[in-house]
Amino acid sequence: MNIHEHQSKEILRAFGVNVPRGKAAFSVDEAIAAAKELNAPVTVVKAQIHAGGRGKAGGVKIAKTIDEVKTYATELLGKVLVTHQTGPSGKEVRRLLIEEGSKIKKEFYLSFVVDRQTAKVVMMASTEGGVEIEKVAAETPEKIFKEYIDPAVGLMPFQASRMAYALNFPPAAVRKAAAMMGQLYNVLIGKDCSQVEINPLVLTEDDDVIALDAKLNFDDSALFRHPDVVEMRDKTEEDPKELTAAAADLNYVNLGGNVACMVNGAGLAMATVDILKHYGGNPANFLDVGGDSDPQKIATAFKIMLDGGQAKGIFVNIFGGINKCDQVAEGIVEAAKIISDDGKSIPVPVVVLLEGTNVERGREILKNTPIANVIMAPTMEGGAKEIVRLVNADN
Amino acid sequence: MSILVNKDTKVIVQGITGKAATFHTKQMLAYGTKIVAGVTPGKAGQTVEGVPVFNSVRDAAKETGATASVIYVPAKFAADSIMEGVEAGLDLVVCITEHIPVLDMVKVRKYMEGKKTRLIGPNCPGIMTTGECKLGIIPGNVQSKGHVGLVSRSGTLTYEAAFQLKNAGIGITTSVGIGGDPVKGTDFIDALKLFNEDEDTYAMLMIGEIGGNAEEDAAAWIKANTKKPVAAFIAGRQAPPGKRMGHAGAIIAGGKGTAADKIAALNEAGIMVADTVAHIGETVVETLKKAGIYDKCYKPVA
Repeated sequence: MNIHEHQSKEILRAFGVNVPRGKAAFSVDEAIAAAKELNAPVTVVKAQIHAGGRGKAGGVKIAKTIDEVKTYATELLGKVLVTHQTGPSGKEVRRLLIEEGSKIKKEFYLSFVVDRQTAKVVMMASTEGGVEIEKVAAETPEKIFKEYIDPAVGLMPFQASRMAYALNFPPAAVRKAAAMMGQLYNVLIGKDCSQVEINPLVLTEDDDVIALDAKLNFDDSALFRHPDVVEMRDKTEEDPKELTAAAADLNYVNLGGNVACMVNGAGLAMATVDILKHYGGNPANFLDVGGDSDPQKIATAFKIMLDGGQAKGIFVNIFGGINKCDQVAEGIVEAAKIISDDGKSIPVPVVVLLEGTNVERGREILKNTPIANVIMAPTMEGGAKEIVRLVNADN
Repeated sequence: MSILVNKDTKVIVQGITGKAATFHTKQMLAYGTKIVAGVTPGKAGQTVEGVPVFNSVRDAAKETGATASVIYVPAKFAADSIMEGVEAGLDLVVCITEHIPVLDMVKVRKYMEGKKTRLIGPNCPGIMTTGECKLGIIPGNVQSKGHVGLVSRSGTLTYEAAFQLKNAGIGITTSVGIGGDPVKGTDFIDALKLFNEDEDTYAMLMIGEIGGNAEEDAAAWIKANTKKPVAAFIAGRQAPPGKRMGHAGAIIAGGKGTAADKIAALNEAGIMVADTVAHIGETVVETLKKAGIYDKCYKPVA
């Protein structure tokens, strides 16, 4: 789960991390009020969307007067920002962060993530702050410093100061930087973050150390421990279909295309998306219905795929292990009842591949209850080719 | 021969009184697995499918001589269950449970340092030695006995691959589902090492997916350490960056963990990678033929 920058900074503040003074604003009036309250010589107006690259896309403005705050707030609220992380359709700005400006002397990059291989949290930092860290990692990996943290004792003070020295912090700021590293590690542990990223971390002209930007990602599996974080969820930032799917306990990712698929198991679902693309289709989604095949759930899955006319064809690819093919077949019959007026059709072609547990009974159910548009696939390759052919012939 | 488990392995089911655990205990017993005990705190003295239940893994192991366990405990408590199995000195713990918090697994891995237990999973389908023993949820009928070792990050792709091999007349020694989580007990290299040492395993099939770089590491290990032929498949070529594809570990982050990188690394190590999920079986057959061991691995389909 992701949250907004202003929310991340609230959490950081609660852990003692030095962040700029600031306030969220949902309207121009609120922005002006927040700026007046800050009463800073320079005010930064920052668009709040769940995507990086906002600065480059014109989502961060520097205002010297209240009038300028008003101009920028008016300009940004409601604007669609397109960054390298939003995709071409961009994201609408619905809230702003109004923040005091900082006198930046130097920018750094600092982050904490769980390293898969060592099963330890790793602190990563670089003197190349404010730029894409992926680029630094690819072009000048020697400029990235790492400290692996022993979970039994946490980030040791010597590791933090070693990092601060590696980054060449001036003597007056070393202790502040090291202290902040400890606080940020506490945030990751305390809130079950999958990532804590400060980019940039800045050294100010008066040798202060500030987390100027903050991005927190949370481990979805640990959210049950953090109801306060769940409260921060901004559903307007998420794909509506993905939200509906999550509520129905379906694993769904919208991929934007028109050939949909419904699969059991995450690996097979990914592989099904791949094979549709391989044979010239434009995949609409990743959809894992999971280990049970409750007909109601399958009907919901069909509704989500068809919603808004997105799916022009559906490939059902089920390998019955725990799932039983006859239940999936019943689910398709049920879906037709719910979706169509006549109760026995689905508005787009559906190619069904059933394999494994109770496959004969499943095939029989679909044979005995003819649903317009539903055809059985002989093989996975054949099924994938057929649905792509049907969809592409229609357009 | 096989790896990790065989017909003599004595097994404990942790969380045996749960609904899914009871269902799968029945399936595992039907497959021939020697399940000698179950554990659910507070339920000692009961039986499930004829299997005696104990309050702790230590009690169960002491009474029955079990050396392995399989865990079906809810995510909130599963890390604790793994550590209980490790503390009891089991050789093998297989954790099926999905959605264990990552930081809980960081603790588990720390706890396991210097101890002898091998952990498989979490968030995995388990392990199955054909015709002898299965720990987990792999459907018993998907694989036939033979000489290919299968290791996979995905459950359904394990079944799919095993089934394609079966239909092609190619059998399996042992299937190992290592699981879809970012922090886990056993990775590709661990499983490949075991298969490399197993006399009965002539070739390996590895099924990877986006996220992390375990496949790249495995490719380098294979190139340097084994003469046995390896075939592969990687899921997630079309996965967009930054999106979790079902599995907690299946995410392209910071430009890393793409299918293209993994396939390139495998190809560079001389490993054939199936074009699509429908061609896994064919790719294994081709790999076996190229290595000149197809005849030793093929048995006509009954």
